[in-house]
Amino acid sequence: MTVKLMEHFEEIAALILFGIGFTNLLLNRNMMKKIIGFSMMDSAIYLFLASYGYIDGRVAPIIASESAPLEVGMYVNPLPAGLVLTGIVVSVSVTAIMLALTVRLYRRYHTLDIDRIALLAREANAH
Amino acid sequence: MAASDFRRWIDEGGEPLDARMCADLVAPEEPEREDPFAQPHPREEMTYERISRWSHTRGERLLRGIYCAVAVLVCVGLSALLIYTALDLPQFGGADALVDNEVSRFYVEEGLEHTGAVNIISGIILDFRGFDTLGESHVLFIAACTVLLLLHLPQGDDPDSLRMRMAAESDDRHFEPRHDPILQGGARVLVPLLIVFGAYILLNGHLSPGGGFSGGAVLGAGMILFLCAFGFKNAERFFTFKTFRAATTAALVFYALSKGYVFFTGANGIANGISAGRFGAILSGGLMMPLNIAVGLVVACTMYALFTLFRKGDL
Repeated sequence: MTVKLMEHFEEIAALILFGIGFTNLLLNRNMMKKIIGFSMMDSAIYLFLASYGYIDGRVAPIIASESAPLEVGMYVNPLPAGLVLTGIVVSVSVTAIMLALTVRLYRRYHTLDIDRIALLAREANAH
Repeated sequence: MAASDFRRWIDEGGEPLDARMCADLVAPEEPEREDPFAQPHPREEMTYERISRWSHTRGERLLRGIYCAVAVLVCVGLSALLIYTALDLPQFGGADALVDNEVSRFYVEEGLEHTGAVNIISGIILDFRGFDTLGESHVLFIAACTVLLLLHLPQGDDPDSLRMRMAAESDDRHFEPRHDPILQGGARVLVPLLIVFGAYILLNGHLSPGGGFSGGAVLGAGMILFLCAFGFKNAERFFTFKTFRAATTAALVFYALSKGYVFFTGANGIANGISAGRFGAILSGGLMMPLNIAVGLVVACTMYALFTLFRKGDL
């Protein structure tokens, strides 16, 4: 068991980070802290994916010289890096839009507490 | 100036500098705000009062405690389940991880020949999956447009727009520039370095680690640092809303047109006349360097625009 845990240390770190972000999302009533938790979950998933491209004893997929052999056994897997790059850009965009919506909510209700906002919105609808 | 200030600081104990910093921070007079939510409606106030009173009773606190306990239990349980599953995955860093896969085998063994890019990851994201990266740049562009829609304030001089600008929070422009010697000194050294380094990452994206996204982020960071140190007035000499519009639109149109040309010729079996170039040369990799520059422009402009919009000023 301990050996297995040691073998998978990077994935386990990523999953613990994911758990922390998820707890943050559930426990905090402040919108900003919820968004921070959400970003942590994003990063955890990218760490998990990127760690699967890594293979011990191989180099980054950049061909060092013209005579270097083009052989898959020499380089780490380039696919996860390319996919994670796309994911990071999309998560930046999503975070920006969430923050902009939070700013608008704050301008209208003067609070970041999600329960208070829901209450005020219900009150405004009842009128 | 410095010597007399220092003498006075010794004699009087910290006064003059602090006083000057405080004077810099005094806001100009603001007209009274008319905000319907600053003074809650009496009924609303009563309801809130009742609910907050109720929320301070023991029952509500108990409910909150139960919620917290259940939430923590669910999170710990989920993490434990995920970790238990991860133990059955192939070993981290082991040779059997994901490498026995014909897609990555093809990219590594034939990527250089097909794209001319020394950096295989750049070859993947800008050539094999170039259409995907085009969509990705559009996601960034659309995100910046959405934030602009949500946070841009009306710019006219009519009383309505003026009131809205006042009613949004007090504008950071009133305090600018701050003349912070540490920030400005640091920016004088760092901004040129950041711009040059960002350009280097952009131009070498197909030869070394880097590319449009990372280089654009470094360029954007340089511009943001300049804005923080020297204020909106100076930054607007080279970057306004019009620059943002022109640069991002031109970059996206160029990307779409060049990729469209390559796809069209490729699908119809016509030679497109773009050579892959000599190994390791700066102009190798076909269209990769211009595409990297286009992506970098979009990323840098978007970073800067998002920063200015989230500040209390405006783009």
